[in-house]
Amino acid sequence: MAIVKMQKLSICATKKHRKAILEFLQSMGAMEVHTENLNDPELKKMDTQASRSTFLKNADALEQAAGLLKAYHPEKKSGLSLFSEKKEVERKTFDTIADDQQTYVGDARAILKAEKTINECKAAVSRDRNLIDSLQPWMRLDIPMSYRGTRDTAFYVGTIEGEIPEAELLAAVTAGMQDPIPVSVDVLDTGHNVTYLSVLCHKKVQEQMEANLREAGFARPSQPVKGIPSEEAERAEKDIRAQEENIAKQKEKIIRHYDKRGRLLVLSDYYRTRAEKYRLLGTIPQSEKVFFLEGWIPDANVKEITEILTGKFHAVVETEEKEPDETEPTLLKNNHFSESVEGVLASYGLPQHGKVDPTFLMSIFYVFFFGMMLSDAAYGIIISVICGIVLKKHRHLEKGLQKTLRLFFYCGLSTAFWGFMYGSFFGDAIDVIAKTFFGYTGATPILKPLWFEPLGDPMRLLMYCMLFGLIHLFTGLGIKGWQMLRDHDIVGFVSDILAWYMFLMGLILLLLPTSLFESIAGTEFNFPSWMHGFALFLTFAGMAIILVMSGRDHKNWALRIILGAYDIYGVTSWLSDVLSYSRLLALGLATGVIASVVNMIGSMFGGGPVGAVLFILIFVFGHTMNLLINLLGAYVHSNRLEFVEFFGKFYDAGGQPFQPFTTKNKYIEIKEEKVS
Amino acid sequence: MSLGFALALIGAALATALAGSGSAWGVGVAGQAAAGVVSEDPGQFAKVLILQLLPGTQGIYGLLVTFITLSKIGLLSGSPATSMDLGTGLAVFAACLPIAIVGLISAYHQGRTSVASIGLVAKNPDQFGKAMLFPAMVETYAILSLLVSILAISNISL
Repeated sequence: MAIVKMQKLSICATKKHRKAILEFLQSMGAMEVHTENLNDPELKKMDTQASRSTFLKNADALEQAAGLLKAYHPEKKSGLSLFSEKKEVERKTFDTIADDQQTYVGDARAILKAEKTINECKAAVSRDRNLIDSLQPWMRLDIPMSYRGTRDTAFYVGTIEGEIPEAELLAAVTAGMQDPIPVSVDVLDTGHNVTYLSVLCHKKVQEQMEANLREAGFARPSQPVKGIPSEEAERAEKDIRAQEENIAKQKEKIIRHYDKRGRLLVLSDYYRTRAEKYRLLGTIPQSEKVFFLEGWIPDANVKEITEILTGKFHAVVETEEKEPDETEPTLLKNNHFSESVEGVLASYGLPQHGKVDPTFLMSIFYVFFFGMMLSDAAYGIIISVICGIVLKKHRHLEKGLQKTLRLFFYCGLSTAFWGFMYGSFFGDAIDVIAKTFFGYTGATPILKPLWFEPLGDPMRLLMYCMLFGLIHLFTGLGIKGWQMLRDHDIVGFVSDILAWYMFLMGLILLLLPTSLFESIAGTEFNFPSWMHGFALFLTFAGMAIILVMSGRDHKNWALRIILGAYDIYGVTSWLSDVLSYSRLLALGLATGVIASVVNMIGSMFGGGPVGAVLFILIFVFGHTMNLLINLLGAYVHSNRLEFVEFFGKFYDAGGQPFQPFTTKNKYIEIKEEKVS
Repeated sequence: MSLGFALALIGAALATALAGSGSAWGVGVAGQAAAGVVSEDPGQFAKVLILQLLPGTQGIYGLLVTFITLSKIGLLSGSPATSMDLGTGLAVFAACLPIAIVGLISAYHQGRTSVASIGLVAKNPDQFGKAMLFPAMVETYAILSLLVSILAISNISL
């Protein structure tokens, strides 16, 4: 339960070992490299941008190719991989694949090229289809669309808006001409409010003809087809067949590589990692013969890394003092249980070095409060079982996801615990089922609460919630006090921490024996008579210290007292903080009561077979909804109690997460051989 | 049927009706914002969905109070207290008001806060933990009113 101690190291080595050293550091993943302070005009930096972008491009190509292989492969489409898990790959296998990288990149390129061809073919097919569709109305035309007539005749094809009968059309086209009229009009097709026609006329009436056509709204066909429509359509059909054949051929070409899919993904990780290495390489200052590195390493790794660097690579390694304006990156180390809330903590902000890591205490309260809010034994068991199975089956999940699942596993256990305490198992399902289907008529519930049923005595539980809240808040204040003691700030400890403890304890001790509290909580406190005096003493002594000491940074006494008084007024925030824990009761009740509503609605249809079927349907649906919504509520409000109430008392984040120079593997985890 | 009983029933109905309307409102506006974010970045779906759901709890609190009230006045057990006197009926009505009113208003405002938080997540997905906290702050008051309603109803003696 602590923040890992960091040591700053500087490394200087010959360029001969550059590749090996970088690869070693990357596979260790234990150093956050900073080179910004190593600026010297004598030293040069390499431009690695070009190779880096080539690597990234390769990684992308390989990844896409692997995706295509999966998409085109006819079988094994299922693969319920809800959790993308990294695959374990032996170092030896990895190296063999990396040795063959050119071949695989070539394969990937070929796959992508085939996919490109497939897309082009598909575009051609759809173009052909469109052409065939648009040719349909012209099919009766048995001369080319581009035919314009002979020496003495003119020929027109085109459309006129409106579905017009042939006789009417002829009249419109030949208006103003004298007999014998040398014109022939053919209606090829009508439909969709358009008439498709061809017109043949003698050249001597051509002018009149064109004028008439214009008048009628004649338009030449929009598609640029020249030949005979039926032949054109046939040609398009043939092209479609050819394109589809080609698509099938290309698909086959792609699928032929299917067994390489895993290796393509391995190689894409290889390139990603290599690109990361080149990114770092680009920032490293180098002279003609040597290069320099500087960065943070967890204290525990320093010895091992130093030994290997100096022994194997003959590097010069020195430990450095941290500069005053530098902050060490934060890496947390906690026990297996507390580790699981690290993600929640990180979403608020990591602690800085020199401050307390609140993870351990936070994890205890988090799981405890979560359970109180969800508080149903069956729900808890379901959550734990699901998370447990996923964790067991997928051992190489991403670290953050693993921690989250583990957190919910523990929260599920706590939920089950509180469920039994409150006597809730799918709400009152056991009793409802016993009564509806098995004729149970006993007055007492079958599953008795180990503690008490919240709805039966909410005031009592409310008092307990506030008590738990008070413990939570006092713990927070205690952490701040401990931090001050560790920094030898005794004055601060007495005036900011001890005084508040005295003040608040005094107030509570004054409140407990009053008739007001008795009427609220329904319990009576009988303190010995000296207690009242003691409580008064605590209250006023605490208050006095706060009044005088809170503004101790100010020389002006009037200001100091005013600030002190204002701080005392801050007791109202304690009141609201404590009241905030009433959500433990409210959300706990919400789960139980809604679950009971579900059971009640389910049991409305009686105990017959139809009733049983309906009961099961309503039960499954209702409890799934209730579980999900209350799970969300418990998660959000556990976070809130930690972030606002608990952290408000002592915690300011501001730590930078530790981001070591490491591999960038998305799909694999390399299994190192055991080297003694 | 007495006026008291009717009043108690109105109170129970209002708890679900008002708090539920508030939630529908809140979840609605948050959903529009969430859909917008997902159209740009489908990867944020889970996060914005959680944020959208946050204003939904008031409706559930309302349902909770309604259920407790209905079981209190005996409507669920089949023996309704139809002869309830006016004073008791008014008392039950009054006890339902906190969650009805605060549920409505807090869900509306929580919805708007969710919209802002969804915007925050869209621009800065890493800050989800903090983004979730802002709407949760608003909910505190719904929880307090839920508590007052429950305590009041369960302590009224018919």
